[in-house]
Amino acid sequence: MSFADHLPLLVLLVPLLGGVLSVFTGGGRVPWLWACSVTLLTFLGALELFSIVTTAGTRTYALGDWPAPWGIELVVDTLSAIVITLVSGIATVVTFFARRNVEKDIPADRLNFFYSLWLLAITGLLGITATGDAFNLYVLLEISSLTIYALVAMGKETDRRALPAAINYLVMGSIGASFLLIGVGYLYMATGTLNMADLHETLTLMREAEGGFNRTVLTSFAFITVGLGLKMALFPLHTWMPNAYTYAPAAVSALLAATATKVGIYMAFRFTFTVFGSDFGFLQPPNSTVLMACACGAVLFGSYVAIRQRSLARLLAYSSVAQIGYIVLGLSVLQTDAVTGSILHIVNHALMKGGLFLVVGVVAWRLGSSDLSALGGLGRRMPLTSAAFVVGGLGLIGVPGTAGFVSKWYLLSGLLSSGHWPLAVTVLIGSVLAGIYVWRVVEIIYFRPPDPRHAEVSEGPVTMLLPVWILIGLSLWFGVHSAGPVALAGEAARTLLGQGG
Amino acid sequence: MRDQVVPRVIARMLIPYMLVYGFYVASHGELGPGGGFQAGVILAAALILHSLVHGLEETQRGVPRRWVDRTMAFGVLLYIGVGIHGLLAGNAFLDYSSLALGATDPESIHGAEAMGMTLVETGVTLTVAAVMVTLFDKFATAARR
Repeated sequence: MSFADHLPLLVLLVPLLGGVLSVFTGGGRVPWLWACSVTLLTFLGALELFSIVTTAGTRTYALGDWPAPWGIELVVDTLSAIVITLVSGIATVVTFFARRNVEKDIPADRLNFFYSLWLLAITGLLGITATGDAFNLYVLLEISSLTIYALVAMGKETDRRALPAAINYLVMGSIGASFLLIGVGYLYMATGTLNMADLHETLTLMREAEGGFNRTVLTSFAFITVGLGLKMALFPLHTWMPNAYTYAPAAVSALLAATATKVGIYMAFRFTFTVFGSDFGFLQPPNSTVLMACACGAVLFGSYVAIRQRSLARLLAYSSVAQIGYIVLGLSVLQTDAVTGSILHIVNHALMKGGLFLVVGVVAWRLGSSDLSALGGLGRRMPLTSAAFVVGGLGLIGVPGTAGFVSKWYLLSGLLSSGHWPLAVTVLIGSVLAGIYVWRVVEIIYFRPPDPRHAEVSEGPVTMLLPVWILIGLSLWFGVHSAGPVALAGEAARTLLGQGG
Repeated sequence: MRDQVVPRVIARMLIPYMLVYGFYVASHGELGPGGGFQAGVILAAALILHSLVHGLEETQRGVPRRWVDRTMAFGVLLYIGVGIHGLLAGNAFLDYSSLALGATDPESIHGAEAMGMTLVETGVTLTVAAVMVTLFDKFATAARR
């Protein structure tokens, strides 16, 4: 086997091995340098894999050389390749950014363990995206979740409230993962297989033979949907998220917001489309109505609550609740343009929210807090950071010229052309509410008198601003040069909906 | 419990057998009932019994924290290492047949597969034992504070 054949494996193996070896890296800057090089290497591998998948089609890899329905198989198709590149790229940028924040938040003798957990979390997220096996997906989900609970709890050095937040996340996350496991168990009972492609085929045969699905399959669909809803923080199952994002170390919040919830949504796409299939009628009313109601609730509730927050991190967390609503909205209507918009929004929102949480990181590092009351007059002291917030905020609203506009455009045109105009109205109301919460922050940082407590504050260092502007700049770039991403997302959407491609 | 004779004598009698039994369970992982997880827990139980009877400090004099931390990582490394050996030999990841080191007769391949499983199980044993010891250690020190 050549090097290129091993790539689906290598994007998991490099961070896994790097994460384990990180324990031996000692102290000082070595663990951080190590994590930077590991994530960069992973990202380069992911880029290579991305270019192979987009030109030559889906790649598979049989672990231990056991053939597919029996052994564990890695399957990287267009959607997986997009998410793998996104996760590893953002992980690289955030790791490069993380050094100062982590040195401030984590005791010096724990740095090697911190970066070990960090890399293992990335391994889990990449693994979920690459695997083609439903049970293996659960195992990798647990790898990423357990490490992320620990990473969130490590915020305790700056704020003890990180501990209850992590416990809450642990309990909710474990319930979600158990539901997913129960669902996968029922599927295995019904079909006798765990491979996703094989599951789909067996289910199709079953449906043709029996003229429908038995209760085992229906129950499994219900369990998986609720479990994944918990994992991706879909309203009203989002309650663990705001606290976890607020009290985790700033670098962890950025990684979590940009990648972990996106991978949760990726799992929802995988199960709804690849395993169950869009033609099975699972996503017809009343099921789809429930999902749409949850998504609309997420958009309206998340945006409304975000307006009332006092801390920048919490505001962004509630805004994430709303953005997940948009993505699920696109998924629930089963229409090519809407699903394209959803996939685009996974990428665009990851870039924007990642960038915005890095802004929170810079602010928290400089001011020691991200409370809105402390941000008065920040626009003059930290002009580049503030400008990054404004650009990212415009993206959240969906102003033309930003990436958020492109994804919302496709989402809206999909919703309208499939006749769901009440949903389209919800999207527009959500955008207006986003305008209000972004404006509230802009008003504080540009028009309020400076806070005397922070009179000495100056702009963040270049090594922190560069990652911020890479993510924010990319979100602008994808807003202007949108043809490439749109074509890719469209192809991924058509593959998912089973329209060839 | 250091000044109580009965627990001390019983612990002294039990711990060696627990350790041997742990290794026995580990080595039977690929054929009989047993395996890395159970073996790791049994090995850790021996150490935990020791620290219950003689105190945490006494156990950590013999088995320092640093070594437990490293064992945790080393176990996983052993597992990954077996997989990478397959990769470097030009096969798939975790393809145990590369451990036959070039021999192709069915006997050697079978032996290599047993060897691969044993190595992987040993890795699991070490990591699970180290994690269990660390968990006990964390709870014990947290309770004391």
